[in-house]
Amino acid sequence: MSELLALSVAEAAAKIAAGEVSSGEYFEAWNAAAAADELNAYLWQIEEGNGYEVQDGPLKGVPVAVKDIFCTEGTPTTAGSRILEGYLPPYTATAVQRLDAAGARVLGKTNMDEFAMGSSNENSAYGAVLNPWDRGRVPGGSSGGSAAAVAGGLAPCALGTDTGGSIRQPAALCGIVGLKPTYGAISRYGMIAFASSLDQCGPLTRDVTDAALLLAALQGQDPRDSTSVGIEGGIVAPSREGLSGLRFGVPAELARDAIEGGVREVFEATLARIEELGGEIAEVGLPSAEHGISAYYVIAPAEASSNLARYDGVRYGMRSERAGDLLEMYETTRAEGFGPEVKRRIMLGTYALSSGYYEAYYGQAQKVRTRIAADFDAAFAGVDFVVTPTSPSVAFGLGEKTDDPLAMYLNDFFTVPMSLAGIPAISIPAGLAEPAGGGPQLPVGFQIAAPAFGEQKLLEAAYALEQAIGFEARPGGGDG
Amino acid sequence: MAELEAVIGLEIHVQLATRTKMFCGCELSFGDEPNTHTCPVCLAHPGVLPVPNEQAIRYALQIAAALECEVAPLSIFHRKNYFYPDNPKAYQISQYDIPLASNGRLGEVRIHRAHLEEDAAKMVHVGESGRIHGSGSSLVDFNRGGTPLVEIVTEPDLRDAAEAAEWARLLRETVRQLGVSDVNMEEGSLRVDANVSVRPAGSATLGTKTELKNMNSFRFLQRGIEAELERQRGLVEAGGTVEQETLHFDPVSGSLTSLRSKEEAHDYRYFPEPDLVPLAPTEEMLREAREALPELPAARSQRYQEELGLSAEVAAVLAADPETASYFEQVAAAAGPVEPKVVGNWVTGELAAALRQDGGEGGAADSKVAPQALAALIAMVQEKKISHGSGKTVLAALVAEGGGPEAIVEREGLAQMSSEGGE
Amino acid sequence: MIDREQVLHVARLARLRLSEQELETMVGELSGILDHVDRIGKLDLEGVEPTSHVVALENVLRPDEPRPSLPRDVALASAPEPYQGAFRVPSPQADA
Repeated sequence: MSELLALSVAEAAAKIAAGEVSSGEYFEAWNAAAAADELNAYLWQIEEGNGYEVQDGPLKGVPVAVKDIFCTEGTPTTAGSRILEGYLPPYTATAVQRLDAAGARVLGKTNMDEFAMGSSNENSAYGAVLNPWDRGRVPGGSSGGSAAAVAGGLAPCALGTDTGGSIRQPAALCGIVGLKPTYGAISRYGMIAFASSLDQCGPLTRDVTDAALLLAALQGQDPRDSTSVGIEGGIVAPSREGLSGLRFGVPAELARDAIEGGVREVFEATLARIEELGGEIAEVGLPSAEHGISAYYVIAPAEASSNLARYDGVRYGMRSERAGDLLEMYETTRAEGFGPEVKRRIMLGTYALSSGYYEAYYGQAQKVRTRIAADFDAAFAGVDFVVTPTSPSVAFGLGEKTDDPLAMYLNDFFTVPMSLAGIPAISIPAGLAEPAGGGPQLPVGFQIAAPAFGEQKLLEAAYALEQAIGFEARPGGGDG
Repeated sequence: MAELEAVIGLEIHVQLATRTKMFCGCELSFGDEPNTHTCPVCLAHPGVLPVPNEQAIRYALQIAAALECEVAPLSIFHRKNYFYPDNPKAYQISQYDIPLASNGRLGEVRIHRAHLEEDAAKMVHVGESGRIHGSGSSLVDFNRGGTPLVEIVTEPDLRDAAEAAEWARLLRETVRQLGVSDVNMEEGSLRVDANVSVRPAGSATLGTKTELKNMNSFRFLQRGIEAELERQRGLVEAGGTVEQETLHFDPVSGSLTSLRSKEEAHDYRYFPEPDLVPLAPTEEMLREAREALPELPAARSQRYQEELGLSAEVAAVLAADPETASYFEQVAAAAGPVEPKVVGNWVTGELAAALRQDGGEGGAADSKVAPQALAALIAMVQEKKISHGSGKTVLAALVAEGGGPEAIVEREGLAQMSSEGGE
Repeated sequence: MIDREQVLHVARLARLRLSEQELETMVGELSGILDHVDRIGKLDLEGVEPTSHVVALENVLRPDEPRPSLPRDVALASAPEPYQGAFRVPSPQADA
């Protein structure tokens, strides 16, 4: 059975298609593995024997761990929040439907930072998720449950969402692949909104090939999402060898001082590896990127303050017992239902949109966004990709940053600019590094960003680099 | 003290008669069981997204064309944020700084803007029965929530209550003839709010205005504005000042009560709706909207006056009802040399009176009086073959039994020549 | 940067009841974050178009074709207080 679990999704799907492995057998093997979750990665898991009925398709029999931000009809969906405890959606998200249609099946719903607000998964109302590499450390966030499930051998692949780095950063901290596609590549319908102009779902997988396989099934225009377009020409399995003819831009503004020593070493080594593969390293200017965090922490909370206003105790979800009159119902329901980080962001966003402050905050942030997108456009005129470390540090300790929200926000420094520009970016494991405070080695992610809808080219480059890096390390010191 | 002049502007909400709601595929509902026309989108479940109804946009463009508005080449939707149980997302999708249409005109009144938005749900207060907590409760029915609305805002060009009601009737008739709304005030498919202020006659500055709501008939609209003007004039003349507030019209007592709540002033925190992309009406959409326009009351009235020499009153009466107008045109064509003005007077005068006397519900077009028959009758009177009084007698007979006037004249012996010696 | 009164005002707008302790913490934390964010307020971005959409799309519309609505019991299934086929809520204070 462990042999089945060792297969990549692409390998397993090929064996199932060839009739060498039954889809039920494969699904149950993973179901048993997921049942042994000691990381608090899952919030809900399918019952044994319920995963056999699957569609024929490229993902036939593939179990997928789905972030609990996707609505699944009749299955608990909480977005990591108390306010949605017990909520059973009357419909299913388009992304999940597309996986279903390709033959995949939801294995379970994964833990996450409440409403995807966080970079450590410590903001879940249902407890923190533990990093499988070191259970005293965070898996990253907000798709922490999805990342931990894949890295910890509890799922072969997972679905996450990324608003400012929520797929890429946990993928980096857990030593797996995480892809945030172009805004509009995959339907957002049924994905519980955090910041609508930034949210995008994507795969978390063991390798680049699996990411491509999932993206191929997920992408596409959806009549239920006006902002969805899909990826023209679709996505095929990457097969590129070498990187000759490709130019990789390193931002001149990359604040190397803010990067942990070990992470910096792995990053520099990866740049050297790119050159060995025939790729060219160039410097690019992203002068406005340094304001990305500021713009992001205006735009995302502003949109969130509006998106989360519907949790009011009227139509679904919890209502406070203290609801005497209408105003009290609103105020106490939301006070009891939301956790501290969500409240903080709602407050920040409400303030940024309020009368007299809109232009100074929201208006200005939208202009910074324009500048950042223009920076990327200019950079891509000279290079094929922009590369950075995914996160300035390896996984940090549980509780280490919970008292300092701003320090937590600065974790997203390298991932937020791509979100603001709406462009695709992938994080692949590039090596291991010792944490700043010492201790066992932990994974380091390497981020590659491409122009909008350049996913295929991005996946090809990431695949070639992945083959050369040969990252084989697995949590618990095993070699996988 | 200078005389106080009234300054009135209207805000009209028109429910569009599409098949489905503005942003989801639920069918519009009229008087159905509560909460039988809802879906995850219009109940604002987590994760749902709005997709605009193309027909609603086409209807709105027709209204824009009828009101001679400029259509914005690119307009966007905004979110208007506020908490209320009838507002399930806690924001209403509306348009803000760039409305679909602006700078139009209907009759003598300028249109400031016309934009698309979605209707709220219905909320009914049910008192305290059956609840554990002390205060009363309300029931929310989301059937109406999400119905497409066009909000039309006029410039403050109206100067008295009767004029405001008259103009509102013209607007209703215009929208009704477009066929884009039921425009029924009692059922709420047409809702008219008024912004009312007073100022010294001749002054160019506007006084502080109040907003009047819930006037669900033209009569109430007029009475509400009259009552508010009287109140404001009284206040100002007594040296007081008008406070900006929203007033609710009570049709039973005919009085206005302030809706001011204890909460702080609204701060709607408008921002561009990120779930929707901009609206850029295509040439095809604009052309279709223009071509779909029937001859609207204002234009028809103007044509009758300028080309046919009808009086303003008769032209307006005819133009307000397209069926009667069409009947009039048939009679005028059949009456040949008779001046259209005379025909117009007959249709709106003698015929209307005869139909009223007959107690029928329908208009001229539904009556037994064929256009050719009326034309022949008018010609006989014009040519003095019968007297005007006899003409009315014949008309009464035509209304009752139909047929041609000649036979009736003969039967009743009404010809001028024979009547001279007959009595 | 942001004072107690402003925080209270914003909390009311957002319909969040904050405890005394939350209020204290919120004043400090929001001020810290706003101090950082305020850097963009100092940028000269005169003439720069604001970005509210990154996708270059227009007129994405839906045909006016009905889709099935939810059965009423399903629509009400998650309601905290369903009552006679409707969603019941406490009355607004003004009417109570």
